[in-house]
Amino acid sequence: MQPDVVRQVKSNPKYHDLVAKRSAFGWTLAVVMLVIYYGFILVIAYSPTSLAAKVGAGATMSIGMPLGVAIIVSAFLLTGIYVARANSEFDRLTHEIVEAVK
Amino acid sequence: MKKLLPASLFASLFLALPAFADAVKGPVEKQAINVTAIVMFLAFVAATMGITYWAASRTKTAKDFYTGGGGITGFQNGLAIAGDYMSAASFLGISGLVFSSGYDGLIYSIGFLVGWPIIMFVMAEQLRNLGKFTFADVASYRFGQTEIRTMAAFSSLVVVAFYLIAQMVGAGKLIQILFGLDYNLAVVGVGVLMLIYVVFGGMTATTWVQIIKAVLLLSGATFMALAALSHFGFSPEEMFKQAVAGHPKGDKIMGPGGLVTDPINAISLGLALMFGTAGLPHILMRFFTVPNAKEARKSVFYATGFIGYFYILTFIIGFSAIVLLVQHPEFYKADALVNGAVDKAKLISGLNGGTNMVAIHLANAVGGNIFLGFISAVAFATILAVVSGLTLAGASAISHDLYASVIAKGRSDEVTEMKVSRGATITLGVIAVVLGIIFEKQNVAFMVGLAFAIAASANFPVLIMSVFWSKMTTRGAMIGGWIGLTVAVVLTVISKAIWVDVIGNAAPLITLNNPAIISIPSAFIAIWLFSVTDKSKRAEQDLLGFEAQDVRCQTGIGAEGASGH
Repeated sequence: MQPDVVRQVKSNPKYHDLVAKRSAFGWTLAVVMLVIYYGFILVIAYSPTSLAAKVGAGATMSIGMPLGVAIIVSAFLLTGIYVARANSEFDRLTHEIVEAVK
Repeated sequence: MKKLLPASLFASLFLALPAFADAVKGPVEKQAINVTAIVMFLAFVAATMGITYWAASRTKTAKDFYTGGGGITGFQNGLAIAGDYMSAASFLGISGLVFSSGYDGLIYSIGFLVGWPIIMFVMAEQLRNLGKFTFADVASYRFGQTEIRTMAAFSSLVVVAFYLIAQMVGAGKLIQILFGLDYNLAVVGVGVLMLIYVVFGGMTATTWVQIIKAVLLLSGATFMALAALSHFGFSPEEMFKQAVAGHPKGDKIMGPGGLVTDPINAISLGLALMFGTAGLPHILMRFFTVPNAKEARKSVFYATGFIGYFYILTFIIGFSAIVLLVQHPEFYKADALVNGAVDKAKLISGLNGGTNMVAIHLANAVGGNIFLGFISAVAFATILAVVSGLTLAGASAISHDLYASVIAKGRSDEVTEMKVSRGATITLGVIAVVLGIIFEKQNVAFMVGLAFAIAASANFPVLIMSVFWSKMTTRGAMIGGWIGLTVAVVLTVISKAIWVDVIGNAAPLITLNNPAIISIPSAFIAIWLFSVTDKSKRAEQDLLGFEAQDVRCQTGIGAEGASGH
């Protein structure tokens, strides 16, 4: 890439806006996912019996079953949330930045 | 079985589960030839050959060969990624794990899945914008090409090789059971078919085979799960109740069991599962098969959905099999039967072909011989497709990274590079067949574990630091990568899985089953240390290059494939 293109892009306030917004959003979601997953791992490591507890009196299903499925679903939903914003707002900003240097 | 793409994740899994590993290692009884299964299988092979022929006519440039021309849509690519994940190991392995241990199977499924959102949130964009064909393109972007590419190509090859061996052994075992073929013949057959796909069709054919397989496997597993659930009036509670009643471990299958016991091993496994995904060369290549970052993101979204759905299906398949297989004494070995009925204590150990065959037997139980044939053919195709993807990733490391960039110093032309690539593919295929035969009795779990640990320890730290840390230098990246690779390999060798189970020593030198908790930080520390102390000329250049790299990462300006497709 030409040095002047780099300078031009970096002097565009929209570029800094994009980078700041996107990394804040991406890392926030990443932390949410990490907390969910490592929370789960730590429960398995330190308190496995709490996952084996029954969902209700007389039930066979344990709390860990719906919880596990909920984690799978949460991974999908978080990804969807990111894509929705990235493919609209972030892509629009990116497009404007790219157009400005053409 | 054992394909194990997600294998890496899997690997650790298998390591922790002696019974499961034994199922893989143990002798497989050759069975009568299943005509229906073979007919279904041949139909599948014929169909995919047709695709390869079509793809070959469209594979003209190196870009076509490596990335399918960058013209694959996000949805298609999402299916292909899911296809890479829905390996025979996931399908047969997780359902078998659930069958034998219950809840533990779900723990591993979750570990495989959660790496995806993380890659997406922090790296997918950058990967797509920096890369061309291989992971080394990204890692070496602003660094000394020779050093970084050599390191990256080497670690990619090690990861690929260990996966390949595991696949070949797994494929041989599966074919032996399904088709009644001789083991060596089965391995050679897998090798030949895989070579045909890759050499003639390249990434286009490999991707399409993955897509078709993913669709067939998802439909087949959906049917199987629904048919199985119908036996319980579609009530999960009823299924769990009967499973607990029939399982030798009783109510223990409803919570975490012996797989992950102490906290350190649990956390180490979690690290490997999550970050290994981001370092697998054949998975990273899939980011370059789509035209832009937008499609790359969509493909991750679709892939996460398909994979998550698939894991939920395998969970239902495993649990329902606990109840349903017992009704078919013919699936069991003779010594597991008492007066013609299955002995409860032998529910797991007495299954014909071991727990890896749970899904296959369940297919027979709910859908008869035709459905069994269908699932068998898809399971085989699964291995074939994953092996093809792995071989392609290995061939790219040789032709694109080692040959074109390091040996020819960028002076080679595309035609020569393609020739080298095809030659490398054939060589890798032959090596895979030979190793598959040599390692027949080997526990594939340890090889997969090694592959996983290497991906998370050697590739992932260099990749993420090159994108996010402006002060990383060529020296830091190179030494950090080699250290991550070495530490992961050494720790795996001295752990129980190899030191005791393979080499035959009395006790392991280290109690850690998965090296990730040590090897990943080692790589990061080495990258940091050897970068900040690097005062060379090259280092100055590396630091100066960050700004331009960052702009390209963030905006995609100058990225591959932005036009022309």
